[in-house]
Amino acid sequence: MASISYPIEEGHPAVRKRAGFWASFVDEWIFTVDHKHLGLMYIIIALLFFVASGLQGALIRIQLMYPNNDFLSPQVFNRMFTMHGTTMVFFVGMPFIAGLANYLVPLMIGTRDMAFPRLNALGFWLTLFGGILLYSSYFAWTGPAGTGSAPDVGWFAYAPLTEKAFSPGSSTDFWILSILMSSTGSTVTAINILATALCLRCKGMTLARMPLLVWMFCVVSFQILVALPPLTAAQVMLLFDRFLGAHFFDTNATGDAVLWRHFFWLFGHPEVYILIIPGFACVTEIIPVFARKPIFGRAAMIGASVSIGVISLGVWAHHMYTVGLPSRANIFFAVATMLVGVPTGIKIFNWIATMWGGRIRLRTPMLWCTAFLFQFLLAGLTGIMLAVAPFDWQLGNSYFVVAHFHYTLIGGLLCTLFAGVYYWFPKATGRMLSETLGKWHFWLLIIGFHVTFDPLHFAGLLGMPRRIYTYPAGRGWEGFNLFSTWGVAIQAVAILIFVWNVLDSLIRGQKAGNDPWDAWTLEWGTTSPPPEYNFAVLPEVRSSRPLWDLKHPEDPDWKYEQS
Amino acid sequence: MNPVLRVSGGFLFFANLLAGQTMHPSGNMFRPLATPARLVSELSELTVVICLSVFVIVAGLLAYAVIRFAYREGDSRSEPAQVYGSNQVEIAWTVIPILIVFVLSMATARITSAVQNQPIPKDALYVTVIGHQWWWEFQYPDLKITTANELHVPLSSTAQPHMTSLTLKSADVSHGFWIPQLAGKTDVIPNRTNTMWIDPHETGIYLGNCSEYCGTQHAKMEIRVVVDTPEDFQKWVERQRATAATSDADAGQQAFLSSPCIVCHTVNGTAAMGAIGPDLTHLMSRYTILAAETPNNAANLRDWIKDPQHLKPGNKMPTAPLSDRQLDQIVAYLTTLK
Repeated sequence: MASISYPIEEGHPAVRKRAGFWASFVDEWIFTVDHKHLGLMYIIIALLFFVASGLQGALIRIQLMYPNNDFLSPQVFNRMFTMHGTTMVFFVGMPFIAGLANYLVPLMIGTRDMAFPRLNALGFWLTLFGGILLYSSYFAWTGPAGTGSAPDVGWFAYAPLTEKAFSPGSSTDFWILSILMSSTGSTVTAINILATALCLRCKGMTLARMPLLVWMFCVVSFQILVALPPLTAAQVMLLFDRFLGAHFFDTNATGDAVLWRHFFWLFGHPEVYILIIPGFACVTEIIPVFARKPIFGRAAMIGASVSIGVISLGVWAHHMYTVGLPSRANIFFAVATMLVGVPTGIKIFNWIATMWGGRIRLRTPMLWCTAFLFQFLLAGLTGIMLAVAPFDWQLGNSYFVVAHFHYTLIGGLLCTLFAGVYYWFPKATGRMLSETLGKWHFWLLIIGFHVTFDPLHFAGLLGMPRRIYTYPAGRGWEGFNLFSTWGVAIQAVAILIFVWNVLDSLIRGQKAGNDPWDAWTLEWGTTSPPPEYNFAVLPEVRSSRPLWDLKHPEDPDWKYEQS
Repeated sequence: MNPVLRVSGGFLFFANLLAGQTMHPSGNMFRPLATPARLVSELSELTVVICLSVFVIVAGLLAYAVIRFAYREGDSRSEPAQVYGSNQVEIAWTVIPILIVFVLSMATARITSAVQNQPIPKDALYVTVIGHQWWWEFQYPDLKITTANELHVPLSSTAQPHMTSLTLKSADVSHGFWIPQLAGKTDVIPNRTNTMWIDPHETGIYLGNCSEYCGTQHAKMEIRVVVDTPEDFQKWVERQRATAATSDADAGQQAFLSSPCIVCHTVNGTAAMGAIGPDLTHLMSRYTILAAETPNNAANLRDWIKDPQHLKPGNKMPTAPLSDRQLDQIVAYLTTLK
């Protein structure tokens, strides 16, 4: 196979290392500015927070297993769902996608590191310390009336519940500060990704030839830059309210509760696309390799990604159909929200068309992509139902919404992230993950996911509101809740198998070689794991599939691609 | 079955018996019993049919692609034909979703306006709903009635239409007012007045919940709507407008009026004029207490007053320093407030 990697001898200044285990450990994992190490560190902390937050989710489900259960007190339950939501969004989702971007973007565009390596390290440490700050609220002194010990205001923390009058303890301050910190981290990472993709592409890589994953991360970075400032502003205003006697959201002093919702969802709705588009990015790279065909409609994919990025900035008030906006506002936001379905539909059709006529290798990464397509399709359609404003008057804040967004984030995002882990693990570690364990992990997680979240749609349709720590018997909700809780146990087994697979494969996994999947993008042209400098000689590309061109000199892509 | 379950399962059953009313415990939005819920339900059925059709078609294509084009042992190892895309196909699957969005947008616009911009007739019953942490206050400004947690409204039939217009306000944080069989939810927001309307088509008790997380006891902030025939509603109104029968000789009344209860609660016609907790003037006309499924009886009232944190932990009613004797007297007095 053709290779574009040239090893540099040991001792060369480019690869010189400090001697000793601890010295090199500190260099490689603490003081490092290497995008690959930072990328893996992001993913490792995301997985750790994922386990913590998954356990919180399991406790929530155990409490809701039976009507009138008293496994958790209302106070503890409310902290659980607040921590679960906040952790999953800010300390699992965001670091995971930042990790993928860090690891993959420089390799895929053929450069040696991110544009601002130190800023990159700053972003990571801000995110990590933001998460530590959030969890340290568990150990903080308790405020009056037991209001300390972890925030309990919900992950979107509607004012005025967050004001001093209703949340006098310090836990809400921990929540505010940890999100301020981690969102600063996300912002600098977004700037870095954009600068890297725009300025550091290798020779010959025009924007039209840039891998779609990098394109989609550019869209995400743009969204982060637009969406995070309202969140930051709202958090600062809330801090002013709580400590300096301002009245932005303090309704006891003519503040405006709805203002918080506008600010929060101005961030919050783009945020869900910020989380899912990296998932799209992974499947867009993985499906073609396993179907053995180029992505269908490359230009349309770019167009669709950019349109999602733009339209998603104008749909936030679909979280606010029930606050009493005038009907014309509700109709506007309903139509805008449904319009997002158009580019999303284009993407789904393009993925299917890519598989059409291919020779699909159903290896583990592809299995995850397939499950993603089915589940995300359904999640998208329940999203359309929620976009229909009057339908949302019934579905909003019910368990239907809980089921919907877990479908997008577990059935959608988590499946694509696992696809990405199985696909790029050989590149990052030099070893393959076990296919057998991978299939067990896949099937158990998919079954567990459906057992957990399918029934919750029906509980919601029967009027079960979200965020209740208990419910009476006789409302028709018992069966769905019991069923759902058992699904969590199946998912937990699947995650244990995954952890075992990773640890076992790190030591005993089959050697991967540079290019185990016979893929086409630049990261597969260097060694596994890639050297610190990625490429000894920076590559030069002539098409969007440079490795295809090398492997098929008789039939290269550049003959067909314009631009 | 664990004892907690048995006891509380019994609660609901018991409460229904007490009610002697048809229960509509279902929150099934597809079984609407009032006009706003029916309009929403019809639009929702259309939406579900469209979305499920799209799902069946696209998932079918996807399943076909995976099965038909999966690589099998013995297949040629050569690469398949490299196809890069097709503008005609892209246009086709852009236009079709746009048409679907267009249809749904039109239907959404129609129903959104129909529900939100419905004119309220002059003879409508006006009720002000005030959300509190964690109970509901219902004021009938024209009838001079104040009650809690159980909202009485008249039946609306084709022969005798009776619309009820609700004005939603909050005393503290944001709440949500939601009775799925009558109408979609509307948020109850401090410093803001929202409105909604209902016209229930069947008598009986409808259940709903607070639909916006509002703190510790968000779960126990149930709404009961009691729909009476116009005649029964009129009787209920008469009864509620009466002041409580007072007798200075009553030891229970003395105990109540000299307790801290009166700081927060009102009993019309007495010195108890607190405006923080629920109005108790006609306490015993309510089927349940605590905005939950707890039946309103002497035993539960005693349990509640003795230790408010027992049945509804985290709630805001303070524990009053009362002797057992005072407690018995107060409970005895409360059960006379019919």
